[in-house]
Amino acid sequence: MRLRGVTHPWIYLDDHCKQYVDCLNHRGTMNSSQPARREFLHLLSGSVGAAWLTANWPALVSAAEHAHQAAKTPGAILDVLTPEQARELDAITSRIIPTDEVGGAHEAGVVYFIDRALKTFASTKVSEYQQGLVEVRERAAKLFPGVKQFSQASIEQQIKILADLFAESEKQDAAYRFDPGERQSSFVNTLRLHTIMGFLVDPEGGGNRDFVGWKAIGRDPAHVFSPPFGYYDKDYPGWQPAETKRK
Amino acid sequence: MTEGRVTYKTSDEVDFVIVGSGAAGGVLAKELSTNGFRVVVLEQGPYLREADFVHDEVKIFEQHLLTNHPAQQPNTFRKSPTGVAKVKPVVLYGNCVGGSSVHFTANYWRLHEIDFKEHSKTGDIPGANCADWPISYADLEPYYTKVEWEVGVSGLAGASPFDPPRSKPYPMPPLPVKGCGVLFERAARKLGYHPFPAPMAILSQPRAGRSACQNCGFCLGFGCEFGAKSSSLASVIPMAEKTGRCEIRPNSYVHRIQTDKNGRVTGALYFDSKRVTHLQRAKAVILAANGGETPRLLLLSSNSQFPQGLANSSGYVGKNLMPNGNAIACGVFDEPLNDYKGFAVSRVMHDFYEMDPKLGLYGGGGLDARYDWTPVAAALNGLPPGTPKWGPEFKQALCQNFSRTFEIFCHGTSLPVEDNSFSLDPDVKDAWGLPALRMTFRDHPNDLKMMNWMKDRALEILDAAGAKTKWANPVVEQEFVVHLLGTCRMGNDPKRSVINADHRTHDVKNLFLCDGSSMVTSGRGQPTMTIMALAYRAADRITDLAKRGEIST
Repeated sequence: MRLRGVTHPWIYLDDHCKQYVDCLNHRGTMNSSQPARREFLHLLSGSVGAAWLTANWPALVSAAEHAHQAAKTPGAILDVLTPEQARELDAITSRIIPTDEVGGAHEAGVVYFIDRALKTFASTKVSEYQQGLVEVRERAAKLFPGVKQFSQASIEQQIKILADLFAESEKQDAAYRFDPGERQSSFVNTLRLHTIMGFLVDPEGGGNRDFVGWKAIGRDPAHVFSPPFGYYDKDYPGWQPAETKRK
Repeated sequence: MTEGRVTYKTSDEVDFVIVGSGAAGGVLAKELSTNGFRVVVLEQGPYLREADFVHDEVKIFEQHLLTNHPAQQPNTFRKSPTGVAKVKPVVLYGNCVGGSSVHFTANYWRLHEIDFKEHSKTGDIPGANCADWPISYADLEPYYTKVEWEVGVSGLAGASPFDPPRSKPYPMPPLPVKGCGVLFERAARKLGYHPFPAPMAILSQPRAGRSACQNCGFCLGFGCEFGAKSSSLASVIPMAEKTGRCEIRPNSYVHRIQTDKNGRVTGALYFDSKRVTHLQRAKAVILAANGGETPRLLLLSSNSQFPQGLANSSGYVGKNLMPNGNAIACGVFDEPLNDYKGFAVSRVMHDFYEMDPKLGLYGGGGLDARYDWTPVAAALNGLPPGTPKWGPEFKQALCQNFSRTFEIFCHGTSLPVEDNSFSLDPDVKDAWGLPALRMTFRDHPNDLKMMNWMKDRALEILDAAGAKTKWANPVVEQEFVVHLLGTCRMGNDPKRSVINADHRTHDVKNLFLCDGSSMVTSGRGQPTMTIMALAYRAADRITDLAKRGEIST
């Protein structure tokens, strides 16, 4: 499933939206939205203001429908990368975030995220990718004569090739989030950044297909939660003033 | 969308032009329009709505959906006034209606009494340019209360024995406790400290047509699609528009404050979204553009009458920048906390608010328990040092740690240092051809020493909490800042301050400044609560002056 084009934030109510869409489907018509609205309000434990919900109801309905449609969108298509480039990138990103008992870069559709990135926010990096892939191929051939493609190398060989390339760019992208810092411009670091983004971004950002990345790291795909959140707050007795007084 | 919305012509001489719609600008717009004045708010960024607030980390952190864009508005940086500045992003601030209050963490401590008179108590500090505020905590207390009730703050009055006096409890109970809050509270108490539920500008109950927090987990850095985060956008700006006297004009980049031959301001010149320049005429101008852009605008407005920049006879415009010190310590625990759910901060402690001078430390700080890493950011920056950057071990660490980690964030005093400043870069221009914002900054050694001390206490708390792995980022000199404080400080002495206690510039009678730049000391971090309280107070002072005819003549 590719969620390109799903830009509305109400998608974050996904679990609830799905239930809401189920309500709609069950009734077979949008005209019965009033009872559904009450059910929806109930789902959000009453903590969403009624006035807010009234004001935002049309947007919620349209987003729920949108989510419903998006779920039916067929598989991904490549716009920028050639099939060969995509195969190479799939192999490299699968070494950065490998598949084990849970999904990795491959299952999360990271290659499709990168393809989309090269058309949008990283459109200036197309030539970096083209040159970078050539360098990877040359490095593979240099370390393992006879190996013509990264994707044709054995996994052990792939790890050695990548280790060699990362060793050259010692300064990793340590600074991120608010401080863009002095970004390392080496291809493997760019690729690492985009692999992580494609693995873990909210699916509306074009990666993390079927929430593979979030499931791997233990992030519940929902966007509305109620306490208790985890193990340690389960048995919290409630706030008690401290026994000791201010010194 | 909002009833009673008004539009003014640029040729209409409105009562006030306010530059900036963030924490201060939003409050001033609401208060002044409610008091009967005609107001135009010029906001550099777009007018985004709740429906525009996405959880897409790439859009937020890579494409700067809500914040200033380093490619459009480059910054430069140098460590000392004699150094050559390099192009490098140095500041982050909100660039949309609501300003930084849209994406902030929403930690809402008040300043304490000591913050207003610390210089008198401690005396001069070598290398620092300290001063007392011309107002006291008592002067600001009613306005802190107003913020809590009108903008919406959740918290528990009396829970911290170090809190300053207050006239009213919080209007809402604290947000639910998180795993980090429970672990921190137990551990800190074991060590004899006094943790308390974090006061947060996030609704714990539905209020004023807004929703309570739904714990979505995309908080710091993101806009709230439920209107639960108490940004000026969610709270006061709709009230301002409802008066029918306030126009919020987005995509309006102010680049000069116009003055007449009598040295009075007559309006603000701005670029619209097509880069066409307009002059919005006004009887008075209030700059609430943040502690970077307010001084920059004053310096951009220099002319033959004001060769050093507008309102800069003191030379203090842009000086004494205080970004607050900070340090982070993290711990990993055996069981899942799932602290990615919910708002960021759960518990705070103020036991170190006033440091013992015997330790050789000036000022103080607060520690809070939080988790504010969204998934991509956690993978890039939230893993223990030494974790491989790729491959099976990287993935394993990420999968194991994401739900089991929390951070103790240490915030603290920045001492004012005159050379620490914002100024205009002589060479680098932004996409509109205006001189770039240049930052000159080096932390006062006291501040680094104190942050190291706090960081060690944070590691002790993580130990007491039973962390199986813990680490702290090294405390280093800051080169990128988000709290932009002190750069047009308030004071009674026109030689050592830019505005008086009424937020009026000493030099220009109908020009006012109100934002982080007004602050005389940095507090101990978390300045937005104080910026909003200052704005409520400034609106009262400005209303009084206007009603007495003391602005127009």
